[in-house]
Amino acid sequence: MYNFSYQKVSSVADAVEAMQKSEDGKFVAGGQTMLPTMKHRLASPSDLIDLAGVGELVGISVDEETVTIGAMTSHAAVAASSEVQDAIPALAKLAGNIGDPAVRNRGTIGGSIANNDPAADYPAAVIALGATVTTNKRDIPGDEFFIGMFETALAEDEVIVSVSFPKAGTAAYMKFENPASRYAIVGVFLVKFIDGVRVGVTGATACAHRGMRLEEALNGSFTADAIDSVELPIEKMNADIHASAEYRAHLVKVMTKRAVEACA
Amino acid sequence: MQTISMNINGVPVSGEVEDRTLLVQFLRENLRLTGTHVGCDTSQCGACVVHLDGVSVKSCTILAVQSDGCEVTTIEGLANGSHLHPMQQAFKDNHGLQCGFCTPGMVMSAIDIVNRNGCDIDEATVRKELEGNICRCTGYHNIVKSVQAGAKNMGG
Amino acid sequence: MAENGIGASVRRKEDNRFLTGKGNYTDDINVVGQTYAYFVRSPYAHANLNSIDTSAASASDGVVAILTGDDLAEDGIGPLICGVNVTSDDGEPHRAPLHPALAQGKVNYVGDHVAVVIAESLAQAKDAAEKVSIDYGVLPAVASTATAAEVNQQQIHDIAPNNMCYNWPFGDKAAVDAVFETAHKISTLDLINNRMVTNPMEPRAAAGEYNSGTEEITLHVTTQNPHVHRLILSAFNQLAPEHKLRVVGPDVGGGFGVKIFVYAEELVVGWACRKLNRPVKWTSDRTEAFLADAHGRDHVATAEMALDDQGKFLAMRVNTTANLGAYLSTFSTMVPSYLYAFLLAGQYTTPLIYSEVKAVFTNTAPVDAARGAGRPEATYLLERLVDVCAEDMGLDPAEIRRRNFIPVEAFPYQTPVVQCYDSGDYPAALEKALQLADYDGFTARAEEAKSRGMLRGIGLSSYVEACGIAPSAAVGQLGAGVGLWESAQVRFNPTGNVQVFTGTHSHGQGHETTFAQLVTEQLGVPIENIEVIHGDTAKTQFGMGTYGSRSLAVGGVAIAKACEKLIEKGKKIAAHALEAAEGDIEFADGDFTVAGTDKAMNIADVAFNAYVPHSYPEGLEPGFDENAFFDPLNFSFPAGTHVCEVEVDPETGEVEIVKYSAVDDFGKLINPMIVEGQVHGGIVHGVGQALLEGCQYDDDGQLITASYMDYAMPRADNVPSFDIDYAPTNPPHNPLGVKGCGEAGAIGAPPAVINAISNALGVKHIDMPATPEAVWRAAQSAA
Repeated sequence: MYNFSYQKVSSVADAVEAMQKSEDGKFVAGGQTMLPTMKHRLASPSDLIDLAGVGELVGISVDEETVTIGAMTSHAAVAASSEVQDAIPALAKLAGNIGDPAVRNRGTIGGSIANNDPAADYPAAVIALGATVTTNKRDIPGDEFFIGMFETALAEDEVIVSVSFPKAGTAAYMKFENPASRYAIVGVFLVKFIDGVRVGVTGATACAHRGMRLEEALNGSFTADAIDSVELPIEKMNADIHASAEYRAHLVKVMTKRAVEACA
Repeated sequence: MQTISMNINGVPVSGEVEDRTLLVQFLRENLRLTGTHVGCDTSQCGACVVHLDGVSVKSCTILAVQSDGCEVTTIEGLANGSHLHPMQQAFKDNHGLQCGFCTPGMVMSAIDIVNRNGCDIDEATVRKELEGNICRCTGYHNIVKSVQAGAKNMGG
Repeated sequence: MAENGIGASVRRKEDNRFLTGKGNYTDDINVVGQTYAYFVRSPYAHANLNSIDTSAASASDGVVAILTGDDLAEDGIGPLICGVNVTSDDGEPHRAPLHPALAQGKVNYVGDHVAVVIAESLAQAKDAAEKVSIDYGVLPAVASTATAAEVNQQQIHDIAPNNMCYNWPFGDKAAVDAVFETAHKISTLDLINNRMVTNPMEPRAAAGEYNSGTEEITLHVTTQNPHVHRLILSAFNQLAPEHKLRVVGPDVGGGFGVKIFVYAEELVVGWACRKLNRPVKWTSDRTEAFLADAHGRDHVATAEMALDDQGKFLAMRVNTTANLGAYLSTFSTMVPSYLYAFLLAGQYTTPLIYSEVKAVFTNTAPVDAARGAGRPEATYLLERLVDVCAEDMGLDPAEIRRRNFIPVEAFPYQTPVVQCYDSGDYPAALEKALQLADYDGFTARAEEAKSRGMLRGIGLSSYVEACGIAPSAAVGQLGAGVGLWESAQVRFNPTGNVQVFTGTHSHGQGHETTFAQLVTEQLGVPIENIEVIHGDTAKTQFGMGTYGSRSLAVGGVAIAKACEKLIEKGKKIAAHALEAAEGDIEFADGDFTVAGTDKAMNIADVAFNAYVPHSYPEGLEPGFDENAFFDPLNFSFPAGTHVCEVEVDPETGEVEIVKYSAVDDFGKLINPMIVEGQVHGGIVHGVGQALLEGCQYDDDGQLITASYMDYAMPRADNVPSFDIDYAPTNPPHNPLGVKGCGEAGAIGAPPAVINAISNALGVKHIDMPATPEAVWRAAQSAA
């Protein structure tokens, strides 16, 4: 790890100020991706601004319509939350299967979506549920948050405050894990709203995205069989030693079918 | 450099570390608590698991400065004198260790599993919960048995 | 049986320190004034080293020294060696390219050692390492096993045309070919034995200290064989004379073969600590382990079997290309030759076998022994081929094995490939395994699975391995540079407790317990009064270390022999003390008694008498402390049948092992609990190879699987619990009746798993690792 200057802040305002003063600073949330990256000397921020002390970023609240999760809420807390389990069980299940127990105790929803690893789980849920990402500056619709591989709509000094998920609909998350890293080779988050289906797909392409063709088919007929005829753009799929593009495309369909069956 | 202090195995300690020092380095190098091991550099193997404020974390993936002010429990802090912790005893009784290198992380994770899942845990749950701990020696068979037996021991 | 003696599942003596964080692994050792080494490694698979500029790096904070291959050469430190000769078919010894510990003029794989930075802290060493400026002249890389020896390939070493290390034919080709001409049926199989990274959980490490007063180097190192390390470092690397070099293998966190070898880092640390007169420590990180530990397996092979109309094996023909990597690691050459071809008979009566092994160099990390070493490769090839034969003949896989097993009455059985098996009952293990696995109930289970859209398969693997390595004369004839006997010293202290010194090394196997059980059984000393000491050349007599499932079968026998000597001497002492004739003294359960009387003397009192010989047999040496060496007359031949049952999800290609049964013949079990643990671990190592682990380089020789993010290690949820049983036979060559058990699982499991998957899918073959995508594709093509 290259050396850097660490500072812990206690408010979002202090965090932003620290970032603005830094040469090439980074916010650190749970650090479960950032620290391994830094250990391999693949990132060299001048400053690490730790959000762990910002109390206003932690916590889960549920009202009539939404589940709001503070950006610094750990995956373990989301998974264990009876409120989340009741309101959007698929979201609790997703959180409970990120990484491993020790990683879930540190990793946070804000860190996960800000990093936007193409194989991360949360982005699929944010997209499919049509969540809103609230930052210190604005509300960003889930559909517009993820821009590209490790790239989001966030500005350098923008801090995620919370993510709000609508409670409506029946949802399921199906993940096909990379046998080595246990990240998603493909993850499909499917939500059946009263007025239609939304599908968030992670792992398959450079960036989590909505599965428009899948949605179209399922809006026609909400059955697993409806997926058979969907043609996915293989040329856009990721390919690596664990899964070719063709296999990934196939897995997107299989995971979608299984999500449909789970929602039925 | 920063000065940090924390409570480790019930003992207040402090030390001066570079900002980039990992918690595991602070434990092993500054405090010579070498029971916590490092088996990988990608947060996968779990040899470095300790408890931070009562929950399991990978001490290779947290900075020492981030642990400032925290309660830390390491493998050295479990036994009561010569009396092994029930989970340690279960690993011994069930031959849940061979070379011993992954063992500290396994035991710390196992206790965390029991803390979250209670004392009566089925095999499938134990196997799933051990996802973040890799062992090359045992084939997991006896580790799983150990965790189940340790869970019962912890329940008294 | 003594309490805690042979056959008791004694809880391990070593566990308390490991369970309480009090183990003492190499990286746990810290000394005042210690410096940290970090290696600058080649990022290229193949390149000329045009120049190295260390000036900027030397000025970096905390740097003590930066050393390169030139410094090494200047100090007369010798290159790394390979200790086993294999004669190539041209009559010449195998080609052994120069293997300097720090590159001289050229680098030959990604991770090859270019320079070492030694600094006051590891972080400073890493910071400085980035400032070492190196001008590489990049050359085309050779990365593929199958094509390494093709004529137009880039040549890696001047002395090795066509990248050939050796071509090693064995057997009567003409006779085998003749049988194939007239056989009823010929079954053929092409397969790959996938390259693995051994991955003990403790990464390699070395910590060197030099005492300028005594001129002694103490090297703590992650080794399975400290004396072998010392011998090689002294005799071949000129690090220090043997008596001025202490090598300590303290607690070692798993070996599986990869810690047998003498590595560049260890030699450099030993050399640097003297050169700088500062303690130097190096600990590999996991990425370095992937890059620079010796890898295992990596064969491409074609196997053919000639059969008669009853499915009897008439002759076998095997053609193998084995990748040895960029340089020859310590015992690399023997792995795809003697440890491979000599096991190709397996459990069968195949009368004629011809094997040709082409060992090649590539721009990849050196390849050497890994759990099983050669025997898993032979077993996988044979047991997969047997299943293909069964399919071709329309026979059940169990039935074709029965028809070809060496019958019990044929032992000792001389195979056509050198080995003479001394004992075995292969049908017994098979039948017991089939029962354990409920083989007969499989069809019903497969039907039930089918109703859920799943494909079930069952696979057998009947393996034999050669362990208890090894008779010195035999390995000497083959070209080994060492003997493979083992040593022991059993020492009573005056107060009656016992220290057992063994030349083997325990890194998970539980020797501290098993060996103490041998001693308590034989000498009647309570087990808590027995301490087993290993791993330190300053404490123990010369020994050969631990690998090849040899520790109990060879080292255990040496302990037993030392105990016998103590009993013989004890009889003399007791006779004198009890005023009886030596011939009237009997020994049992720790007491020397005068036959037919109640006059007795405990062995602890005999020991005291030997150290305080106030009244003592005339002419008898004082002291109660005996040495013994044991050189086995034959290998031991553990064998067994493993049965794997899988369920395949044809939609995703995921494979679940739903049941795994193993029946093994390890001879007598000293500690059944420990043996079972060894079997479990071996099986999962083998399952890892079959389903998950595949080390991959790209065409440029870049390692793609360089971390646990890409190299899939078996985890707890990849495997079930196992059903283990035994079908022991008594090996006449082994005085303790033991055979060895550490590698069996890794040998038996891969073909069992792949046979099961092939069975589930209804395909002839699928290569390892059978990843979800590979299985899915196979399922598609079968459907």
